Amino acid sequence: MINKIVQSMADLMAGIKDGSTVLIGGFGAVGQPNVLIDGLIEQGATDLTVACNNAGVGHVGLARLMELGRVRKIICSFPRSSDPVVFETLYRAGKIELEIVPQGTLAERMRAAGAGVPAFFTATGVGTKMAVGKEHREIDGRTYILENALRGDVALVEAWEADRWGNLTFKQAGRNFNPVMAMAAQLTLVQTQHIRELGELNPDHVVTPGIFVDRVLHVPYGDPSGF
Amino acid sequence: MSAAETATFKPFSRTQMAQRAAVDIPEGWYVNLGIGIPTLIADYVPIDREVIFHSENGVLGMGPAPEKDKIEPWLINAGKQYVTLRAGGSFCHHADSFSMIRGGHLDLCVLGAFQVADNGDIANWATSDNDTAPAVGGAMDLAAGAKRLWVLMEHTTKDGAPKLVTKCTYPLTAPAAVKRVYTNLATIDVTERGFVVRDIAPGLSFEDLQARTDAKLHQAA
Repeated sequence: MINKIVQSMADLMAGIKDGSTVLIGGFGAVGQPNVLIDGLIEQGATDLTVACNNAGVGHVGLARLMELGRVRKIICSFPRSSDPVVFETLYRAGKIELEIVPQGTLAERMRAAGAGVPAFFTATGVGTKMAVGKEHREIDGRTYILENALRGDVALVEAWEADRWGNLTFKQAGRNFNPVMAMAAQLTLVQTQHIRELGELNPDHVVTPGIFVDRVLHVPYGDPSGF
Repeated sequence: MSAAETATFKPFSRTQMAQRAAVDIPEGWYVNLGIGIPTLIADYVPIDREVIFHSENGVLGMGPAPEKDKIEPWLINAGKQYVTLRAGGSFCHHADSFSMIRGGHLDLCVLGAFQVADNGDIANWATSDNDTAPAVGGAMDLAAGAKRLWVLMEHTTKDGAPKLVTKCTYPLTAPAAVKRVYTNLATIDVTERGFVVRDIAPGLSFEDLQARTDAKLHQAA
């Protein structure tokens, strides 16, 4: 019997190595796997590369992970937030590396990784600083730059519902990067608000099929708050 | 600015700027509005003119802001404000949301900007090459991907420096992308001739508008 549901955070986080690339879902607080980020803090892996749309708020979650010196590099589109104090302090002090990526390119680089596409051409960023050092190609009269897939060793994902096969649904704008990151990582870890019996989820409503998911933890976290 | 001019000339308010852009958006268009003043445009498109608003975080068919007691904590826009979903609206993940943008499916995107050049170059994400922690978000995807890009911005900086220029001095968001600019002083099309003025704030002459603009302005033919 396949059962991807684990009973403890320690079981969920087992095996995350130092130096890993970790993809963290969410857009602002909505769909952000807060409890898994705390679990990663507890788990202890360090020298991490983190891909996430934002770079943390206040001193909690991702900001806390960075403040503890565990993040070597952050890959994101928008490092600003209502309170980006930790990231900005580290960045100014040269203690964290930043790779800024247009938001759509960030999503597509992960989608590509999940789809087995090693790189792709895009018009986004052509003629800007983002294009410096990248391969350019003209296709049907328009210029494109080559962007590499972004694969994660680990993805941290928040779902609305999950079953023991790892099938996932999401709630409203809580979907955002989560399904894309789930398919882009070697080890996809999920916190879910609700556990459903196998067969209970309407197959037409499953957004992320269980093939992309490795482990699930039941975390009835409640509504998101604080951006 | 002369005394006579200040007496007679009244710039458009932000509300008026948004209203002027809103009347130019026809029913049936799929539209992404940038954070800031462009977001106001949605308030001036009547609900029965079916314009479908998109948000980068996977929301298609956004409605107006909710009343305070009807906030849905899972429903935000790209500016991380609470929004509503109108009947017919839908959710998707980030790669699909940006496929709508990058795949040329959006009819229009309206962004704010620091500078727009008369060849359509736009600079709207960083104010210097050494910006601490630059943040681009979805601006480059939108500028390169939407079928049309309009800009809604003040005509000059707070210090009076022109924002409509011959060449952007700030880092570009995209080259040759802007089709029209709505400012507090005028509406200006970006054409093969350069900037062509469609209308001017009441009481302001073409010459006075030109004096506040770095690039050459053309009269509409």
